[in-house]
Amino acid sequence: MIEVVRPGPLTTVQDLGRPGLAALGVGRSGAADRRSAALANRLVGNLDGAAVLETTFGGLVLRFRQVARVVVTGAPCPIRRGSRGEAMNAPFTVWPGEELTLGAPTSGLRTYLAVRGGIGVDKVLESRSTDLLAGLGPAALSEGDVLPIGTDECGPLPSVEVAPVPDPAGFALTVRVMPGPRDDWFTPEALKTFSTATYEVTSESNRVGVRLTGPALERSREGELLSEGMVPGAIQVPPSGLPLVFLADHPVTGGYPVIGVVLTDDLPVMAQARPGQTVSFRLVPADLPAAA
Amino acid sequence: MNIRRCGDQALLVDVGDTGGIDAVLGLYSALSDPRPDGVTELVPAARTLLVRFDPAVIGAGELAELLAGTEPVPAQAMRGELVEIPVYYDGADLAEVGKHTGLGADGVVEMHTAAEYTVAFGGFAPGFGYLTGLHPKLHLPRRATPRTHVPAGAVAIAGEFTGIYPRSSPGGWQLVGRTEVPLWDPARRPPALLRPGTRIRFREVR
Repeated sequence: MIEVVRPGPLTTVQDLGRPGLAALGVGRSGAADRRSAALANRLVGNLDGAAVLETTFGGLVLRFRQVARVVVTGAPCPIRRGSRGEAMNAPFTVWPGEELTLGAPTSGLRTYLAVRGGIGVDKVLESRSTDLLAGLGPAALSEGDVLPIGTDECGPLPSVEVAPVPDPAGFALTVRVMPGPRDDWFTPEALKTFSTATYEVTSESNRVGVRLTGPALERSREGELLSEGMVPGAIQVPPSGLPLVFLADHPVTGGYPVIGVVLTDDLPVMAQARPGQTVSFRLVPADLPAAA
Repeated sequence: MNIRRCGDQALLVDVGDTGGIDAVLGLYSALSDPRPDGVTELVPAARTLLVRFDPAVIGAGELAELLAGTEPVPAQAMRGELVEIPVYYDGADLAEVGKHTGLGADGVVEMHTAAEYTVAFGGFAPGFGYLTGLHPKLHLPRRATPRTHVPAGAVAIAGEFTGIYPRSSPGGWQLVGRTEVPLWDPARRPPALLRPGTRIRFREVR
């Protein structure tokens, strides 16, 4: 068992989420930075679907009631086990009675903690993820919560001592974007602005999406789009003209035109973007044969 | 039918106004049981079907060809399960809807219970279904100011749709009644009572 001494600003349990249920109004959810979560699981020998803790801006203090093999990945932060320091991306053992403290990250936003065996909270619709928008899964952690360590099937412990991972970029971020599906709702100037301007991440951002401020993107047509299905990475442009990039807990459908979609490989960069950081979008060609 | 790229792992099929909701549902039915290999998610909406895929299994071009060659299930062949929903017609907006449409409260109830509806798509909340089949006389705009709290089970109308709030939430639809039928239960398989293609009738209870 793991006791939550302090949850920090926001800590949730996350796994790979709930794929395949969007037609029932259930989004996928899951870890916002899936790459860091997957790395954490690998480093303690968990399978990909094991649940980890996702903590935003650090400040998490846990007390372990049993021995556990753990690792911390994602946004790099000071790690204290009892009175000792530990390193990022390097598995270590926590002994019963010890406190583990994750401090504020020096870059990036979301830090992941994996425990061998997984976090063993009950599943809702086959997943342990907290979907903050849909209100599914376990509540965000609060002080005094006790989390069971799971008994998920594990692989062998890897022999890696430290995984070589670059830290999230400290300042100017660039992500690749495939235009569409509704880039034709925007003026040519807006598309040019979108691919050349620099946007700043605002503090309104959360697991639903990253809100940006910068030059407004002008539409080329009036009227409302009927709601349509959304994906993580979709860049919606509401009437304000300021883009919003969807993350893990995005709504299943949305009614504002999507000018482009961040490539899946670059989504972890968006998930680690912190308020005040700048983002620019580099367009990559949509490789679909023109018309079908 | 127009197929658009939606990032590196999804395509958006737009059936346009001529196809409408029937064409979306027809395509959704044709693709959902079983889903083609590599298709991970189907999201029907008013004029579009979003198809998410795993690029390790199927390429975007190959999937686009498959979608273009898929014959939608015709509307009359798509008769999903029929669910009857008992409704107390005592919604906070019923009198106003009666006045606005000139039907009176009783007339609204009569018209709302006379039709058979079909779940076209979901999306607003887990278990919520946008139901088509609403009589054009009941097509009304949303409330100018949404309510901050609509109770679970509220039966409501807005635009060309009617629907039931699966849980309490903010909402801007016109409330005409309420039901005690549980619409969403994560422990049930499937968890949603109303799924795309499900047919619905409302029955008045007092």
